[in-house]
Amino acid sequence: MSGARRIPGAGLLAGAPPVSFCFDGHRHTGVAGESLAAALIANGERVVARSFKYHRPRGVMGIGNEEPGALVTIARPTGDEPNVRATTVELYDGLEARGQNAWPSVRFDLTAVNDVLSPLFPAGFYYKTFMEPVSAWPFYERMIRRIAGLGEVPRVADREIYTSTHAHADILVAGGGAAGLQAALIAARAGARVILADENPWFGLGLLGETATIDGLPAHDWAREVGKELAQFENVTLLKRTSVAGRYEQGFVILCQNLRDAPPAAGDPMPRWRLWKLRVKQTIIATGAIERPLLFANNDRPGVMTTSAAVGYLDRYGVLVGGRIMVAAGDDAAHDAAARLARAGAQVTVVDSRDSGSRIALEAGASVEWRARAVNTRGRAGVTTVRIEGSAGHRWVPADIVATSGGWSPALHLYAQTGGKPVWDDTRQMFIPGTTEQGAVTVGACNGTFDLGAALGEATSAAVKVCEAIRLTAAARSPVAENSHDTAGAGQWSEVRGRKRCFVDIQNDVTVADLDLAVQEGYRSIEHVKRYTTLGMGTDQGKLGNVNGVKAIAEARGEAMSAVGTTRFRPPYVPLPMGVVAAHLSPDQHHPMRRTAAHQLHEAAGCVWLNAGAWLRPQFYRRGGETDLEAVNREVLAVRRNVGLVDVSTLGKIEIAGPDTITFLNRVYTNGWSTLKVGMGRYGLMLREDGIVFDDGVTMRLGEQHFVMSTTSSGAGAVYEWLTMLLETRWRDLRVTLMPVTEQWFAAALAGPKAREVLGRVAEGFEVSNDAFPFMGGRVGRVAGIPARVFRISFSGELSYEINVPADRGEELWTALLDAGRPEEMAPYGLESMGVLRLEKGHFVIGREAEGRTNPYDIGLGRMVSTKKWFVGKEALDFPEMKNPRRRQLVGVVPANKTERLPSSAHLVLPEAPDKVGGSQGWVASMAWSPTLDHDIALALVEGGHARTGERLLAYAPIAGKKVAVDLVAPHFYDPDGGRQSG
Amino acid sequence: MLLISCPFCGERPEDEFGFGGDASVRHQGGGDGTEPASVEQYADYLYLRDNPKGRHAEYWVHRYGCRRWLVAERDTVTHEIFSVKSASEGGTG
Repeated sequence: MSGARRIPGAGLLAGAPPVSFCFDGHRHTGVAGESLAAALIANGERVVARSFKYHRPRGVMGIGNEEPGALVTIARPTGDEPNVRATTVELYDGLEARGQNAWPSVRFDLTAVNDVLSPLFPAGFYYKTFMEPVSAWPFYERMIRRIAGLGEVPRVADREIYTSTHAHADILVAGGGAAGLQAALIAARAGARVILADENPWFGLGLLGETATIDGLPAHDWAREVGKELAQFENVTLLKRTSVAGRYEQGFVILCQNLRDAPPAAGDPMPRWRLWKLRVKQTIIATGAIERPLLFANNDRPGVMTTSAAVGYLDRYGVLVGGRIMVAAGDDAAHDAAARLARAGAQVTVVDSRDSGSRIALEAGASVEWRARAVNTRGRAGVTTVRIEGSAGHRWVPADIVATSGGWSPALHLYAQTGGKPVWDDTRQMFIPGTTEQGAVTVGACNGTFDLGAALGEATSAAVKVCEAIRLTAAARSPVAENSHDTAGAGQWSEVRGRKRCFVDIQNDVTVADLDLAVQEGYRSIEHVKRYTTLGMGTDQGKLGNVNGVKAIAEARGEAMSAVGTTRFRPPYVPLPMGVVAAHLSPDQHHPMRRTAAHQLHEAAGCVWLNAGAWLRPQFYRRGGETDLEAVNREVLAVRRNVGLVDVSTLGKIEIAGPDTITFLNRVYTNGWSTLKVGMGRYGLMLREDGIVFDDGVTMRLGEQHFVMSTTSSGAGAVYEWLTMLLETRWRDLRVTLMPVTEQWFAAALAGPKAREVLGRVAEGFEVSNDAFPFMGGRVGRVAGIPARVFRISFSGELSYEINVPADRGEELWTALLDAGRPEEMAPYGLESMGVLRLEKGHFVIGREAEGRTNPYDIGLGRMVSTKKWFVGKEALDFPEMKNPRRRQLVGVVPANKTERLPSSAHLVLPEAPDKVGGSQGWVASMAWSPTLDHDIALALVEGGHARTGERLLAYAPIAGKKVAVDLVAPHFYDPDGGRQSG
Repeated sequence: MLLISCPFCGERPEDEFGFGGDASVRHQGGGDGTEPASVEQYADYLYLRDNPKGRHAEYWVHRYGCRRWLVAERDTVTHEIFSVKSASEGGTG
């Protein structure tokens, strides 16, 4: 029995309607708006979850985002939500929650055998145990995943609604306690644009039960009045239920706002979470402090909680956490809390490690024992008795709650995220801000200032200074706090006994013994100990446990706290729902999708779409009941025997103008450009500075000083960026201007033996005969009445014309060309068919055969590398490795038995040693069925491949379980002399 | 996220920009082949970079803006940006 109960009329929600909720199949009644944790405590549910490693029972230990143990899964119609801290979800009618990490239930968990076996699970257990044999790793992984882990990944897509927003402000105030409210008020009155964010549904929660008054008002009433005043300002935005999750450089801040917890009513568009991306000039950090737990044996049992949480449930929700409460105090704040708990009717015992202190608890009816500590607990499903060690010796005392006051840890997370350095204050035994951070200032408890009056004064002067920094004049009026005092004291540390059952990190089951062991094994840096033991690596990020961890490590190393220091604080301060990061964007909205000008016509023609980089492109056009392969075969054969039409708008296009363009082209391409005549084009090969193939394409000379460069579709952006960098940083003397025009043009290519006849019907202003318009020629004129640039270039290996027209006339051109090709029954073809055509020709593709490690020699383009001039990457081609004969080189691959199909994604291995580790000779980069040749063909990169044609290897695809004998051949399968494209 | 003041477009968030590396690195080979570099010099140029703590001149390209190259002087520890100018006026690469 917990002895917990509701105190009628107490708390902020007195009068709120009752609601029904369900925990682990048990139906309970709670109060709308209270936290699930409060409702669970009030209903006597002590065991809320099981722990990560040992499956020990876990109850509620905190009251907010610091909660390490009470993790539940909330069942929702939009998909279950795991790892929800019961302390942060607001109760709504019909809420259904389950405890986590237990089977079959948190009350009776069979996997709790881990706890009995815990001597077998020391720090680094997983690293040490599951090493050999390697073949058993998949088994180990399944086993570990079943036993360990937090919650369960939902099996259905999340259907909740999320949103995000950008905003700007002069001043962000993080935290709506006394200091934050005061700072916001000063800034608001000065006319600054202020955003005040607090993670709770109320401001000033820390002032509940405060004995001091502010400007004559009870402290929390003052907070309420300030909140009301702030709401009147047009220049102030108040954000409750909003965590400041991350601070980044130059005033960039991420806020996560909870808009509702209840599932949406049908048709309600209100999102659940909103992500704020803020840019602010100044940030006032008033995030308060978190009470530190105490280290003693079995300090993880349900019923052990921080004193501030224990009294917080009373002050906020009117829930008395237990009937018999043991307060393990080390400062006067704990006595204030004990007094309130006693007045509410609990039987309270205070053990205080100090010699003397506040009498307030004693006067409220609590029994107080000085120079005494809590050292151990007992109780199967929660604390029933506590062991006390005092001047009178040891004894067990009945209690259902142990409220611990270890001292306070300023919440330095936001301060430190951008590089602020916490320092150890030995007098007060806490980490406080050390260096000052640019654009940010800490005030109040998070700055180590616990006296209410002093905190208000600090907030006032900080706000005035911050306003001055943004050229606003603020009045420095600070409210008067009476009867305020520094209640935080220096805290206390337990003398730890039974280090094995003494938990530092409640969520990850890290004990003092684990930290001792890690230090013993040679881990010294706190960052290393953290990763080895998983200290502070849970969803709570060690908000409660980390400072205790530093203390334990300092003791184990025999050094001062300051020598150990803290781990690096990184955003986010609280776990962000994945959904709020994606926000309202559906999967197809995560990057812009580019469509060519003829998109609608392709769609109408029944094309199958393919996501090709940033573009949506027709893969092929299906007719009737054709299979994919049948459609592609038809399209390929039409190009080989007749004529086809393909949309090539996606190719990058850069206009180049200027008298030095030939010099420029000579520098950026490996081959020579000095002899290029007006009206002709040339294929160019572009390298990176390290000699690796970067891009290729045809540049056409349209006029004496006017060129248009064609790049690969995927390289269009990167090539333009690289060329402008060269011109802007290195070659400023070159008179060359670039203009990226990919989107300004629509381009279609006619390809096939009948292409000339089709073009002849619509060409105006230029001749199409072979003599008048030779291969690699470029003409400017009209096609079907549309101003056009026509290039006679070929990727398919057939006679081919690429027709470029202004993008807004793309549909018109596409329709006119199909009309002109009616006598030939010309049909469009897609990217897949283009791939087969180029493969038959043996053309390499950037990203396939040229794959980021490939140089020109590897793909048989040594003849493109000029020896007469300099070009980008030339020096690197002189590296000895670049001409190593064992490099992976481009070869053709055909099945030894032509009726056999090649496996996709195959490695090529030696037939005599197919399974030899490291025995791969190379791999298939592209493969396809060639309808022209009637068998499979492939291009492959093979070690020393150029000298190995005629060799027989095995194409081995272990995942598909296929091995096929193949022959290495020259990479040109079709028309190797190129007669078809130039005739 | 950095806030970069593009001399052509004004203050813009970092995600509009692309990073272009150390702007103080001088191309071995003169940048146009006029000063032949040894294999060792060129390999150093390609692969070795300092990782300075503090002020650092670096290239950024305003990829989703004016598409111009810029030289920003940034503190690698605090991320403070001291100056941003057009690359055609600064940088020695």
